[in-house]
Amino acid sequence: MKDAPLLEARGVGRRASGDEGWLLRDVSLTLAAGERLAVVGPSGAGKSLLLRSLALLDPVDRGEILWRGERVADDDVPAFRRDLVYLHQRPALFEGTVVDNLRRPLSLSACGGRGWDRQRILGWLDPLGRDAAFLDKRSTDLSGGEAQIAAFLRAIQLDPRGLLLDEPTAALDATAAAALETLVDRWFGERAGERALVWVSHDAGQAERASDRIVRLEAGRIAA
Amino acid sequence: MRPEYIDLSAGQVAVAAGLIAVNAAISLALKLGMERRLAVAAVRTVLQLALIGFVLDWVFAIRTWPVVLGLAAVMATVAGVAAVRRTERRYAGIWVNALVSMWASSWLIAGVAVAGVVRIDPWWEPQYAIPLLGMILGNTLNGIALGLDRLTEELVAGRERVEAMLTLGATRWEAARDPVRAAVRTGMIPIINSMMVVGIVSIPGLMTGQLLAGVEPLSAVEYQIVIMFLIASGTALGTVGVVLLGYRRLFNRRHQFLHHAIERR
Repeated sequence: MKDAPLLEARGVGRRASGDEGWLLRDVSLTLAAGERLAVVGPSGAGKSLLLRSLALLDPVDRGEILWRGERVADDDVPAFRRDLVYLHQRPALFEGTVVDNLRRPLSLSACGGRGWDRQRILGWLDPLGRDAAFLDKRSTDLSGGEAQIAAFLRAIQLDPRGLLLDEPTAALDATAAAALETLVDRWFGERAGERALVWVSHDAGQAERASDRIVRLEAGRIAA
Repeated sequence: MRPEYIDLSAGQVAVAAGLIAVNAAISLALKLGMERRLAVAAVRTVLQLALIGFVLDWVFAIRTWPVVLGLAAVMATVAGVAAVRRTERRYAGIWVNALVSMWASSWLIAGVAVAGVVRIDPWWEPQYAIPLLGMILGNTLNGIALGLDRLTEELVAGRERVEAMLTLGATRWEAARDPVRAAVRTGMIPIINSMMVVGIVSIPGLMTGQLLAGVEPLSAVEYQIVIMFLIASGTALGTVGVVLLGYRRLFNRRHQFLHHAIERR
């Protein structure tokens, strides 16, 4: 739909497995193209669960997630996830080098025809003070910050419309966190009017810096 | 001239059974604490084999197809249940998956064996149909149990990698392909290994039985070759079947990995 937000959650609810309690209750929010939304809240508030639900990684028990105003059809879920990439707090890298990790998603059917662009990757690495040697590092030899950068590059090379960032700097030191924030800013700024992101953060300062709007989640509900 | 088949007396069986004392002595000497398990295992061996002896005696005497099919159905069901009981982790639907795979693969291969290979007349002749099915089931059970265990283990240990694939746009099949392959490979390895060494370091049970019964060695070998291929294909079908059914249970149509469904028992 033309005027619909890029992403919308309508009354989303998630139950605990085997339990009557709700982990997320009646969560509604929108994310427009060109918008940066931060989700904050205490541990256990349901932030990661919300992000996973937005990425359609888990089934929801109530409500719906709309992408450009429509429910994503079953067969279109992989392409949707390529367009709206979820990044985990602890990035899961595959065996092999950074290059192997960057190439891996390019072979997926949802990424059909997308070629490996080494120069583009090097262009993103340069402002971080890293060069081609980084690409040949083995994934098992990377520090936490380097692994997060590799996972981030693996995602943005697919040219997603949006990113769902699940506390990507939580396990990083200040320098590594700043490097990642720079990278996110660059990615968003390249096409500021088109791209969008949701950033889950514990850090109030980071949420201010990295977003245009902040939503607070408490005990599975959006706090007024 | 070939010596006559020697029918064992109860006394001769008892002498052999007494050899369990060797195991008991080792357990006691090394303080393995296995005496109780050894006793239970020895008693179960005698009772279970005596029971199947009586059942087969009865089935062979009655010789009607409903009884043969009934016994085959019980055997396939028990094998399916036994396969799941060996697994470390379970998920909702695992019993149905194992039973369907066990039934489908063993009956199909046993059907090919009795109707297409050995060409028994009538096709349900218990003297052939029951042992053939039994051997297929025994090996398929192993394949299904190993395949299921490896599948759930790969998915639990590799959950983050599976989800990383999904977040980058992988279909459920693309995300699960490596664990599925590993599981099928694991299920098929034992039978491939035994095919590698059969006749060199091992003389299988069926061939041993036939030789003891006075069958010509070359004829016994022919049967053994047939059996090896039957159980290899039965194991492959059963393993692939149960692993694919497991994959369908654990990954839904919306390309979501239902990791909560896997529970350690």
